[in-house]
Amino acid sequence: MASITIRGVKKNYAKTQVVHGVDLDFTSGEFVVILGPSGCGKSTLLRMIAGLEEISDGTIAIDGKVVNKLEPRERGCAMVFQNYALYPHMSVAQNIGYSLKVAGVPSAERAQRIQAVARVLELEHLLDRKPMALSGGQRQRVAMGRAMIREPKVFLFDEPLSNLDAKLRVQMRSEIRKLHRRLNATSVFVTHDQVEAMTLADRLVVMNAGRVEQVGTPAEVYSRPASRFVATFVGAPAMNMLEGEVTLDGVSLLGGSRKLNVSRAGLSVGAKVAVGVRPEAMRMVAPGTPGALEATVDLIEELGAGRVIYVDLDGAPFSIVTSEIVHPEPGSTVGLQFTESDLHFFSSETGGRLDVFRASVPEPALQG
Amino acid sequence: MVERTPILNFFTHLILFVGFIFCVAPFVIVAIAASHNLKDVNDVPMSLLPGSDFWVNIKTAWTTADLGPKLLNSFIMAFGVAAGKVIISALTAFSIVYFRYPGRMLIFWLIFITLMLPLEVRIVPTYAVVANVFEPYQTIMDLTGLSWLIEKLSGVQVQLSLGLLNSYSGLILPLVATATGTFLYRQFFLTVPDELTEAARMDGAGALRFFVDILLPLSRNNMAALGTIMFLWAWNQYLWPLLITTDQSHAMAVTELKQLIPNVGGAPEWHIAMAGTLIVMLPPLFVVVLMQRWFVRGLIATEK
Repeated sequence: MASITIRGVKKNYAKTQVVHGVDLDFTSGEFVVILGPSGCGKSTLLRMIAGLEEISDGTIAIDGKVVNKLEPRERGCAMVFQNYALYPHMSVAQNIGYSLKVAGVPSAERAQRIQAVARVLELEHLLDRKPMALSGGQRQRVAMGRAMIREPKVFLFDEPLSNLDAKLRVQMRSEIRKLHRRLNATSVFVTHDQVEAMTLADRLVVMNAGRVEQVGTPAEVYSRPASRFVATFVGAPAMNMLEGEVTLDGVSLLGGSRKLNVSRAGLSVGAKVAVGVRPEAMRMVAPGTPGALEATVDLIEELGAGRVIYVDLDGAPFSIVTSEIVHPEPGSTVGLQFTESDLHFFSSETGGRLDVFRASVPEPALQG
Repeated sequence: MVERTPILNFFTHLILFVGFIFCVAPFVIVAIAASHNLKDVNDVPMSLLPGSDFWVNIKTAWTTADLGPKLLNSFIMAFGVAAGKVIISALTAFSIVYFRYPGRMLIFWLIFITLMLPLEVRIVPTYAVVANVFEPYQTIMDLTGLSWLIEKLSGVQVQLSLGLLNSYSGLILPLVATATGTFLYRQFFLTVPDELTEAARMDGAGALRFFVDILLPLSRNNMAALGTIMFLWAWNQYLWPLLITTDQSHAMAVTELKQLIPNVGGAPEWHIAMAGTLIVMLPPLFVVVLMQRWFVRGLIATEK
C-alpha cells in the first residue's frame, strides 16, 4: 500500500509535448481510473509512474519518496499490459514466477507462492500450459497473477480489458474489483472505456490532450462535469449540447430560434455559452404540451431495457434516453421536457463549467 | 497464384520435376561413378548402371586421403564457426536493437557493409593478422615510438607475437564475424513486441537477464537456421584452410579431397575421387536433414 504524488509532470517526445504538467494525489489503497480518449497522454502518465518512460519535468513520488530516477523494479509497481505481454516460451507457472526467479527467491518458496496466486485466480489446473494454449480471459488472469505475486505497493493497469470480448470484459471487471478489495493495494487503471471507468473507480481522473480535466468520484464527474469535454465524454449517449448566447432575460439558443428562461446571475449579457442536458434527463411528451420543445424524430435505437431516440431540433442533433415503451415514427413530431436543474452551462470560449444560479421558475424551462 | 486446374497442376509438377532432376543428377552420377572399377569409370560414355565396387572404393578413398582425422578436423572447425557466429551475431544484434547509443546506426551499417568484403577479398591482411595476432598493436607501438620508449626505460625489447597458423583458433576465429547473422537476428528482434521487453523490466530483469531468459529462447528457430547455414558454409570453406594449414594434422576434409584427384601421368582413379567426394558430402547432408524443421521455421514467418 502506498500513496502516489504527482507534481507538475510533463512529457516531451523530441519537440512535441504530450503531457502538460499534471498534478495528482492518489491515496493509499485507492482504485483510481484515468479516463480519456486515445492520445490524451493517459498511458504515458501510467508508464511514467511505472518507470518505463522518462519523466521530462516534475516529480512522481511513491510513499513520499521521489522515484524519478529509479528503475521500474525499484519502485514497487507491478503492471498489467494491454496485450498481456506473457513470455510465449514459458509455462503459466514460469510466467507468474519469473519476477521471483529474477529476485533470487528459492524455488521451493517460489512454487508455494505461485500456487497461492494460482488459487486466487483459479489458474491451478493451467499452470503447465503455455500462453498459446490459453483463452483471452485466462491469459489476462495470468498477467494479473504475474503482477500479484510480487505483492507490489502499486498496481498499474494499461487498458487490460480492451482485448477481451464484451461478456468477458464485464466478468474480468468485477474480478479486478474483487481482487482490489482483497489486496487493497493502490491501483491505477487506464482506460478509454467510460463504463469500465465508472464501474471500477473509487476516483476518476478525466484527461484530455495531455491535461487533467477533472478529478472526482464517478458520480461527481457524471453529475457535475467540470468542462464541456468531460460532459460530452462521460455518459452514453453523449450529453446534448446547444450553443447559445446570454440575453437580458435568459439564454437564446440555436441562433435565436429557441429561448431558455433562466436567471442570468453569474453570466454577463452577450456571453457565448453552451447549454448541456443529458439524454437521460429528457422526457418525451405529446407534441403541443404547453412549454414543451418540439422536435422531429430521426431514428430510434432499441436497447431492450430502454431506447435512444434521436431527434432533430432545428438542425441540431439531440438524443433522449427513455425507459418508457414508446415508438414514435421517424419523421413525426414529439415534445421534449426537462428540469432546469438538469442543465449544465459551459463557457463557449474556455469550455469550463459555469455555475449559474438556478432560476426559480419551475419547468418548462425551454420555450419553443 | 491460387488457381488450381489439372493442366496447371501438371505443368507445375513438370517444372518441379525438371528442377529436381537438375539438382539431383550430379549426385547420382557421383554415386554411380563411385561404384565402378578403374576400367568402367573411364569408359566413354560412362555406364549409368551402378557397378559393384562401391564399398571397395569407399574404403580406398578413406585410407588414401586419411579421411577419419580430416573429417574430425572439418567438424571441429565447422561447428566452431557455426557456434561462434550464432553467439556473436546474437550479441551484436541485441546491442543494435535494444540499446540507444551514439553511432548505433553507423555501426550497424559498417557491419552490413562487410557483406561486400568476403574473406577472399581481405585474405592477405587476414593472413597477416592470424600469423601474428599482435601485429597491428606492434605496428601502432612502433609507429608511436612507444616500443622505443619502453626499450629505453626498461631495457626490454617489445616484440609481441602470437601466431595462430596451424591451429583451430586460427581456422575458426577469422570466420566468426558475420553480417548475415546479425541482420537475421536484428530482423527477428524487431518483431519481438516492446511490451515483452517492458514486462521483463517490470519483473526486474536487467538487460542481460532479458537477453538470456527471454530473447534467446524466443530466437531458437533463428539460431537453428543460422547454425545450419553457417555449418554448411564453414564445412565447404576451401581457400582459408588451404592457406593457413600447412601441417597435416590440421588439414580439412574438403581440402584433402585434392589428394584423391588423379595427377597427370598417374592412374585416372576417378572412382576413388568420387567415393571420397561422397564421404565428405555426407555430414552436411546429415545436418540439413536433422535441422530442416527448425531451419525452415527460422527463415520464414515469425512465431506469435
